[in-house]
Amino acid sequence: MTISPEMTRWEGTLDELKHLVSPRALTGETVLLNMGPQHPSTHGVLRLLLELDGEQIVTVVPDIGYLHTGIEKNMESKRYEQAIVMTDRMDYLAPFSNNLVFCLAIEKLADIDVPERAQIIRVLVAELTRLNSHLVWLGTHALDIGAMSVLLYAFREREMILDMFEMISGQRMMGTYFRPGGVWRDITSEFLPAVEKFLDYLPGRIDEYEALLTKNPLWVDRTQGIGVITPEDAIALGLGGAILRASGVNFDVRKAVPYSGYETYDFDVPLGLHGDTYDRYIVRVEEMRQSLRIIRQAAERLTKVKGPFRTENRKFAPPPRAELGQSMEAVIHHFKLWTEGFNVPRGEVQVMVESPRGVLACYLSGDGGNKPHRVHFRTPSFVNIQAIPYAARGHLIADLVAIIGTFDPVLGDCDR
Amino acid sequence: MQPSDPVAALRQAFPKAVQDVIQFRGETTIIIDPPQIARVAAHLRDAEGLKYNFLVSIVGVDYLPESPRFAVDYHLHSLIFNQAVRLKVRLEEGQSVPSVTPLWSGANWQEREVYDMFGITFEGHPDLRRILMPEGWDGFPHRKDYPLGYEVVQFSFNFDEINRNKPYAKE
Repeated sequence: MTISPEMTRWEGTLDELKHLVSPRALTGETVLLNMGPQHPSTHGVLRLLLELDGEQIVTVVPDIGYLHTGIEKNMESKRYEQAIVMTDRMDYLAPFSNNLVFCLAIEKLADIDVPERAQIIRVLVAELTRLNSHLVWLGTHALDIGAMSVLLYAFREREMILDMFEMISGQRMMGTYFRPGGVWRDITSEFLPAVEKFLDYLPGRIDEYEALLTKNPLWVDRTQGIGVITPEDAIALGLGGAILRASGVNFDVRKAVPYSGYETYDFDVPLGLHGDTYDRYIVRVEEMRQSLRIIRQAAERLTKVKGPFRTENRKFAPPPRAELGQSMEAVIHHFKLWTEGFNVPRGEVQVMVESPRGVLACYLSGDGGNKPHRVHFRTPSFVNIQAIPYAARGHLIADLVAIIGTFDPVLGDCDR
Repeated sequence: MQPSDPVAALRQAFPKAVQDVIQFRGETTIIIDPPQIARVAAHLRDAEGLKYNFLVSIVGVDYLPESPRFAVDYHLHSLIFNQAVRLKVRLEEGQSVPSVTPLWSGANWQEREVYDMFGITFEGHPDLRRILMPEGWDGFPHRKDYPLGYEVVQFSFNFDEINRNKPYAKE
């Protein structure tokens, strides 16, 4: 057989990675194995180059970028309100968290006020998003390790959340519900009863998941002591969310740098002790209960707090339909917003929020025009996947599946 | 232990490194002389009263008509004192900047992303390769002179043909 040019190209790619694997791989003492990008337990298109000594992992080299769609670059050619639509498509399990961070950045840059009712709706929807994302994480993580039934139960509950998203935004997943200065429209009449029903329903279901997993000897064996990350490593790697807190570092953006009025809600931040996969599971399940607490408080406030759901500042939010027939000024504002958008001042801001996966930060730089000069999302998956080699070193290859699951990566979030 | 003001502390420790300070919407941006960024960041991370130990993000920006053209922003957060600061270095085309990966292992991929998108190189980075774009990609997509447009998907059978007609940023 002759060697075709394609084959030499492949050899070239291995040469590039030579400095990342141990010298033993080059002598053939250890085996290099490719995992992904199309692999059911990599949660998307994550490729891992594994160096194996028997069944033990020596090195993991993650390879990302298969889902890179240039969202940040595209945003630079879109007006601010058009660009919000693209944020949903990054982390498709937590679209409203992405909406929220981008809207908060615009609001900070342009100094837009957000009415109280809108803030409460935002908190409520953001916490529902957290539940939605954690339910998918729990189901897929358990499925990866071999507990199939949890996935079916978790997706059953997630369906109720998606129905609620549809009630408020008209869409099940990519809602684009948050807008600069508030939310797109007020909540519909069937939304709050559905939330109440859900609040009564879910705590018992979480107990059921825990009954299936928490003390299950198989689950404990597969997760305890697996993928340990020390607090020092977790901080140096910049990890966030449940992964950081399971290592015992008390950093929750909702508490540390409160946004949308989170400081007025009563909730606890669960912390882990060992930083292993089991602790991350416990922390996330407890986070779900805390989210329910926040949702209950927010739903209660929504029945009391009336008022506008979007800012009255007509330079940034369109006037209500009824005003258009009476006021020339309203027509002009409407026309300007729909043809030209709004201008934001020159300057740069960064806003952090606590997304279900960790610290989600948006850097926004304005140049005085109606389009962003530069948008950058510090997405939690991008940072967290970096920690897989640290967590997986020395473990068996079967544990790698548990480690990927526990980092809860969304590759759309990672590659943007 | 009381938190100290990062600007005053840096002006004292590195009088020549601090080029400018910008306050905007409650955020502090300190513009640093590029060759000194790693030392300044290490000081901010370790010094008493500062302890900016959490690297939130590294962002590249292209201010095309301006000179120096590029900027790299480092967003630091102190988990101990719960305050944030932004360090900024301004770079000319082809100028490189010391890597902060030895200080924060999490900076590794973020610097690779800046390199991938803007072509800014980081001295002392252990593994400076493209990360999001394919290895053989030509040009740096986030530069302002890189065109945005529709592109035919490249497969092995039409690689050369598409490559010939590609609107590269070079000329």
